[in-house]
Amino acid sequence: MSRAGLHDASREEAAPLRTPAEAQSYLNDGNSLRSWLLTTDHKRIAILYLTSITGFFAIAATAAAMMRLNLLTPQGALLTAEGYNRAFTMHGVIMVWFFLIPSIPNVFGNFLIPLMIGARDMAFPRLNLASWYIFMAGGLFTLAALIFGGVDTGWTFYTPLSSTYANGNVVLALTAVFIAGWSSILTGINFIVTIHKLRAPGMTWGRLPLFVWTHYATALILVLATPVLTVTLLLVAAERLFGLGIFNPALGGDPLLFQHLFWFYSHPAVYIMVLPAMGVVSELVPAAAHKKLFGYWFVAYSSLAIALVGFLVWGHHMFVSGQSMYASTVFSFLSLVVAVPSAIKVYNWTATLYKGSIALNAAFLFAMGFIGLFVMGGLTGLMLALLAIDVHVHDTYFVVAHFHYIMVGGAVTAYLGAMHFWWPKMFGRMYNEVWGRISAVLVFIGFNVTFFPQFLLGYMGMPRRYHEYPPEFQTLHVLSTGGAGLLGLGYALPLIYLLYSLRHGEPASANPWKATGLEWTVPSPPPTHNFEDTPIVVREPYDYPLSHDSSIA
Amino acid sequence: MTTLRHEPFLDIARQREADRLGMVVFLASEAMLFGALVMGLLALRTFQPAPFAAASERLNLLAGSVNTAVLLTSSLLVAIGAEARALNRNRLATWMLGIAALLGIAFLIIKGREYYQEYGEGLMPGAGPYQDFGSPGARMFMDGYFVATGLHAFHVLVGVAMLAGCAWRLRRSDPPSKVGIENVGLYWHLVDVVWVFLFPILYLSR
Amino acid sequence: MLNLFGLSLPQASAHAQHVDMLIGAFSLLILLLAGPVIVLIFAFAIRYRRGKDVNRDHAPNRNVWLEVSWTIIPFLLILGFFVVSAKMFFFIHEPPADAMPISVVAKQWMWKFQHPQGQSEINTLHVPIGQPVKLTMTSQDVIHSLYVPALRLKQDVLPGRYTELWFTATRPGTYHLFCSQFCGLDHATMGGSVVAMVPGAYARWLSTQASAGSLATAGATLYRKLGCGACHAGDGTTRAPSLNGLYGSKVTLEGGRQIVADDQYLRDAILDPNAQVTAGYKPIMPTYRGLIGEEEAMQLAAYIRAMKTVPGEYP
Repeated sequence: MSRAGLHDASREEAAPLRTPAEAQSYLNDGNSLRSWLLTTDHKRIAILYLTSITGFFAIAATAAAMMRLNLLTPQGALLTAEGYNRAFTMHGVIMVWFFLIPSIPNVFGNFLIPLMIGARDMAFPRLNLASWYIFMAGGLFTLAALIFGGVDTGWTFYTPLSSTYANGNVVLALTAVFIAGWSSILTGINFIVTIHKLRAPGMTWGRLPLFVWTHYATALILVLATPVLTVTLLLVAAERLFGLGIFNPALGGDPLLFQHLFWFYSHPAVYIMVLPAMGVVSELVPAAAHKKLFGYWFVAYSSLAIALVGFLVWGHHMFVSGQSMYASTVFSFLSLVVAVPSAIKVYNWTATLYKGSIALNAAFLFAMGFIGLFVMGGLTGLMLALLAIDVHVHDTYFVVAHFHYIMVGGAVTAYLGAMHFWWPKMFGRMYNEVWGRISAVLVFIGFNVTFFPQFLLGYMGMPRRYHEYPPEFQTLHVLSTGGAGLLGLGYALPLIYLLYSLRHGEPASANPWKATGLEWTVPSPPPTHNFEDTPIVVREPYDYPLSHDSSIA
Repeated sequence: MTTLRHEPFLDIARQREADRLGMVVFLASEAMLFGALVMGLLALRTFQPAPFAAASERLNLLAGSVNTAVLLTSSLLVAIGAEARALNRNRLATWMLGIAALLGIAFLIIKGREYYQEYGEGLMPGAGPYQDFGSPGARMFMDGYFVATGLHAFHVLVGVAMLAGCAWRLRRSDPPSKVGIENVGLYWHLVDVVWVFLFPILYLSR
Repeated sequence: MLNLFGLSLPQASAHAQHVDMLIGAFSLLILLLAGPVIVLIFAFAIRYRRGKDVNRDHAPNRNVWLEVSWTIIPFLLILGFFVVSAKMFFFIHEPPADAMPISVVAKQWMWKFQHPQGQSEINTLHVPIGQPVKLTMTSQDVIHSLYVPALRLKQDVLPGRYTELWFTATRPGTYHLFCSQFCGLDHATMGGSVVAMVPGAYARWLSTQASAGSLATAGATLYRKLGCGACHAGDGTTRAPSLNGLYGSKVTLEGGRQIVADDQYLRDAILDPNAQVTAGYKPIMPTYRGLIGEEEAMQLAAYIRAMKTVPGEYP
């Protein structure tokens, strides 16, 4: 197995500009811009998504940097109130809909699902490309909203602030998210049909990698929850444009109706972000441990349970909204229930490591980081589900810390872990493993320094969405901003060494990690049609130890 | 959806199954789209029954009933058309789908005339020579009415285009497959089912 | 007082102490549940790292009893906290009958408080300790939220609706008051303080404040000015129901539904009368929306509340 060590100048001649595998791969199958922009190859579409979401991440991260810099002083060091309000709105809108939701599913799901099930492409390749174009159209509207001065309603668009009172490009932003929603729905349809209808002979549901299971559950949420968001945003836009009055109490409307409709989508949406991440970790842990995943069926069914129960808990965002006490109690109970399947996964990953043979490589370090940070985020979620605690910490930095632990500490860390695990497969190159480990540690430390203080800030009463604050909170804010700098560095590093590996990295073999899974049986990078002959699956999933380098599954 | 097999499928029967499943999943998402609106309307009806009923009474029941008959008939014709295609009787299928499309257009025309009437009677929120709802609850009802029937009408328009497109292509050398016609039929039936929910809630709550 | 890493947050009420105890106890529980997991991950990663020669025989990969127990047992433990938390939640939503009523109107970007005898404040709320205080709140524009960290309490304040928040302060002091629902440009500066005072100090403070008369008095003036008595005077056999003793009673609406005549009901009846018509009456009451604002509606409600058996005469 080739392993890239520290960069050694004398070896530069040995790493060719283009390896034989690359020459015959999907990367070289047409080199014009047109061949990329009109591709129907799921692997190329994954790369299209990869580049565009990286761009969106950079924009939203810049907004976050400005916010954290502003919060260095109690009076607000950098931005006016208006500027800050627009920054946190843009940060939320872009991160949620233009980075997190598409990240793992549209990059790694698109690339890997056909490979993992033994298919040559997705069920609807042209629909897949259309999804990307629709996504980009939504992105264009977002950029337009940004350029024309921004939006200042928060990514949650609460009425009647957004429907009647806010100035700014609210309708542009609503349209952007509306359009992006269609991309989500079409992706979900493609995933569901592909997983049902394109599995290779012998690839029963019980032999599917957990990555596929979690993406199936995610696709169910994409298809069933997103339309509710679509209708909700349509109603807010209609209210703004035509003065309908649905959310305006002065005209007899009900602002709380918006919250119910919005959160009915937006709570399942967080599972759209987290389930794929859990799927990634379910691949990374057995691969690192060279051991079968503990409790396969418990982990598989827990994904479906999370998707289902996730639809029943939206009211926990509304405990102090004026919602009935009794409804709040029911939502609180169900929110505790939904934690159970997530806990099952964490225990199973831990048990997988027992008596394994664990390689402490970069991908695994990211997986460990995920588990630690996700556990922290999930347990603070339980705190928020407890009614009496939530009354105190709702709309404070406690909540901000909680969801960043899940979405950044969880989903983004898993995204990076996936990047480090499947990079050799996608691009045929090994990256510098040492830098990979450094990134994983830097991200973990930087993340904790940024967000742990925010739990304390929140419990001590610091509300969220404040551009200035009482002076006693300054120390923790400064600490948080410092951590953000470290975290930013941790994110910037992979950009450098991963891109560097494209030209200078060791060529990757088909199965550098000696992992199970059909994607490791094809060359790195794969040819356009994935498999020469349709694979026939006879082995159980995660059937370690492998007898040789490249396994026939 | 042609009769030809395409990548990544290695088996045309599989491809047909996938096309069918894709349409069914899409229709599930459409059901959630309209489901959210229906739930909103039902909530309004529960919490403000009197204004809701009062507003419902002011809708044009005749137009709504005729439209219901129009859509149900068109759905029947589409079902016949799909069956005809399955039996390779493409001329019959063309006629069935074509007439169904025309009925869809009739639906839209009747709906447009209703909207115009409501505009003139002060029932269109935010528009018209004057606003005459009678109560905020009735205004909410009309909000829901226009959004729900407007979204539905948009779906009817898309359906008409698909039916007309299929009718056209059935007369040529590369007609849509049986599953293709059935999928368009499924879409049209969903549009019909949505109306079957909207009509009683909006027109018959009096 | 809760002290964490140099920050301190007072416990201004018994409820505040209970919330701190709840989260403290829950933190211990989750340490108990999560700690072993984190420790084991590290331990396994080190002990079983590749290349290390250690016993890996009979590695298990399924154990249904283990799965069931590590699912059920933590859940049952957490359920105990759910029950305690729900009880606390119900407690803070059930104000005692003798709570001192204070009306609150929020608007972009300030808070207006009105004491029962009419003293009003902007952004600062003086309250006596040891006395339950009930805030009845509404907004004039967007959704705001009244948050007092020292009390561990917050409640969203909605336009077109009344929401309530009650507490008994136990510790004199000045405590932060924040708006905690994003409400536009100056959301971050829409704050103030709650000043809890011993009852003697509070009484002295009250006496130094100018008062335009109690809410009920202002309501009476408005009632006469708007001519409500033209329909509502009398025993209810004419055009409109009687308002004597109406407040707090059960009203039967057209259609059979029963509703309690609370502040919300009175406000809605004045601003949107024909949405909920009393059974046996025609929907002929004109709406006063646009003629009066939220504060005036609160004054009228206070006056109607004060009406006992003698119309027109009240304390």
